Amino acid sequence: MLNASLSQLSALLAAKKISSVELTAEFFKRAQALNSHYNAFITLSEETSLAQARAADRLIASGGAKPLTGVPIAQKDIFCTKGWLTTCGSRMLSNFVSPYDAGVIERFNAAGAVNIGKTNMDEFAMGSSNETSFYGPVKNPWDIAAVPGGSSGGSACAVAARLAPAATGTDTGGSIRQPAALCGISGLKPTYGLASRYGMIAFASSLDQAGPMAKSAEDLALMLNVMTGFDPRDSTSLQREPEDYTRDLQKPLDGLRIGLPKEYFVDEISDDVARAVEASLAEYRKLGAKTVEVSLPNTSLSVPVYYVLAPAEASSNLSRFDGVRYGYRAPEYDDLNDMYRKSRAHGFGAEVKRRILIGTYVLSHGYYDAYYIQAQKLRRLIAQDFAEAFKQCDIIMGPTSPTVAFNLGEKSNDPVQMYLSDAYTIAVNLAGLPGMSIPVGFGNKNRPVGLHIVGNYFSEAQMLNVAHRYQLATDWHTRMPAEPGNID
Amino acid sequence: MSLSLDDVKRVASLARIEIGEEEAATVLGQLSGIFSLIQQMQAVDATAIAPMAHAQDVTQRLRPDVVTETDQRELFQSIAPQVQAGLYLVPKVIE
Repeated sequence: MLNASLSQLSALLAAKKISSVELTAEFFKRAQALNSHYNAFITLSEETSLAQARAADRLIASGGAKPLTGVPIAQKDIFCTKGWLTTCGSRMLSNFVSPYDAGVIERFNAAGAVNIGKTNMDEFAMGSSNETSFYGPVKNPWDIAAVPGGSSGGSACAVAARLAPAATGTDTGGSIRQPAALCGISGLKPTYGLASRYGMIAFASSLDQAGPMAKSAEDLALMLNVMTGFDPRDSTSLQREPEDYTRDLQKPLDGLRIGLPKEYFVDEISDDVARAVEASLAEYRKLGAKTVEVSLPNTSLSVPVYYVLAPAEASSNLSRFDGVRYGYRAPEYDDLNDMYRKSRAHGFGAEVKRRILIGTYVLSHGYYDAYYIQAQKLRRLIAQDFAEAFKQCDIIMGPTSPTVAFNLGEKSNDPVQMYLSDAYTIAVNLAGLPGMSIPVGFGNKNRPVGLHIVGNYFSEAQMLNVAHRYQLATDWHTRMPAEPGNID
Repeated sequence: MSLSLDDVKRVASLARIEIGEEEAATVLGQLSGIFSLIQQMQAVDATAIAPMAHAQDVTQRLRPDVVTETDQRELFQSIAPQVQAGLYLVPKVIE
C-alpha cells in the first residue's frame, strides 16, 4: 500500500477494496508516528482529514468519484487552507488560521482528495535546504544527517518516506525540483501561469509556481490534471484549454532529441552525480533518444540575476506582514513605526530578513536601474538562450543539483554557497519554462541523484512521457528509504 | 561596490526591520558576499535589451466592472490581533 501509485490507490478505492477513511487513517498513523523523526509536517489534524475522507467515501458510493477522490495528499504550508493553520514556515504566521482556500487547494477539494496535513518548508519558501523554517529543519529520509533540500523539503520528505502518496510544492528557483532530487522522488514545476497563485503566499510573484511532487511521472500527470487551470483571481493565470497530461505517457521515445547544455556538464558537478546522470542518458539512448550538445551561454548569470529579482519581489510582497491585520505582533513597542520594526524583526527569520534587505537595497533610489532593470534585461538573455537551444532539441537534460544532499548545517552560515546549490534550476524559473526532476540513482553515502528535465513552454505532457518511459525501464523511483529503527 | 554599516542600517530602516549593532555587522559581511556575486551582472552590456518582467510577455487582463466580492469583514477580523467596532487597532502615531 505504501508504495502504491495514485492510480492504483484510486482503483482500490473505486473497487471498494479499501475506503478513503481506512487509507487516510493508515497514512495519518504513519505520518504522526514518524513526524518526530523527520519533522516533515507542521500541522496534522486527524479529525479534519478523516472528515474529508468520509465525504470522499460518500462521493465514491454515489458514483461521482474522480481520479484523486479519497486519496490523501500532503499540502505545502504555503497554500492558504480554510480552517487550517497556514504558517508558511514562519513565526510571522504562526497563529494564522486561513479563512479561505488557495486556488490549488480548492481544486484538490473539488476532486475529492483528502488533505493529510500541511508540510514543513523553508520560511516563506526562501531556502535550498529546509533549515530556515521557524518549525525546525526537515530531515532527509535517506539519511537524517542530510538536508532534504528546500523549500518544499517537507513535501519531498513526506513522499519519500511514504508518509503521503503525493504532495504539493512550489518552485521559485528550484524548490520543487531540488528537494525532489535530494530525496529521490519525482517533482514538476509547470510553465509559469498554468497553476493558480491565488492564495499561495507570495515570495517572488514573477517566478513562483505551484507543482506536484510524487513517486513517479505517472502520478505527477494525475496531480497536474487537478492542479492546473485558469483562475480569474490570479492576474498571471493563463487562459488555456484544459489538457489531459496523461495522454502522451506511453509514446515511444524514438528520435527524441535530448539537448545537453555544455555549461551544465562542468567541474562543479560532483563525480557521483555525474556518473548517475551519464548512466541515465545512456538509458535514454537505449530507449531510442539521441543526445546533442547545446549551449546556454548565460547560465552563469542565472544566480546573480535571480538574487536581484527574487529579493526585490520578496521585499515588496512581504511588506504586508506588519503586525497590523493578522499574524505576529511584537508584544511591546513605543509607536506604530516601532511596532512595524519590532514585529518584522522578531517575526521573520535571518534568511527572510537578509532577502528583504537585498531587495530593498536593489529597489532603492540610485540602484534601481543598475540592479533591478539590469537583472530584468539579463533575464531576457537567459530566456533567449533556451529559445535558441530548443531549435536544436526537443528537451534539455542535466543534473538537478551539482551534488547529492549535503549535511544539515553544512552551508547554513554561507549564503552564497547555499544559493549556488540551485545553479541548474534557477534559469528555468527566470525563463518561465517547465522543469522536472526524476530519481536516476544514488551517489555518495547512498544519497539520491536527480535528473533535471527541461521542456519548452507548455510541453508538460511530453516531459511526463519522457520521464515515464524511463521509469518503465528502471526502478529508481520505486526505491524506499530504510525504515527508522524506533518505529513499530 | 562595497557596502558600509550605514548602508545596512539605512536599508533596514527603509524595510521597517529593527536591527542591532551586532546583527548589522553580521548582515554586512553576508550581504557583501552576496553583492560580490551579483556584481557579475555589471560586466554585461545590456543597453539594447528590453527588460523582461513576465515569462510570456502577457498584458493585464480586464474584467467586467461589477462587484464580485461579498462582505466578509467579520471572518477576516476574527484572525486580527486587535479589533474594535469593525476597525483594526494599531498603536497611536499622533500624540
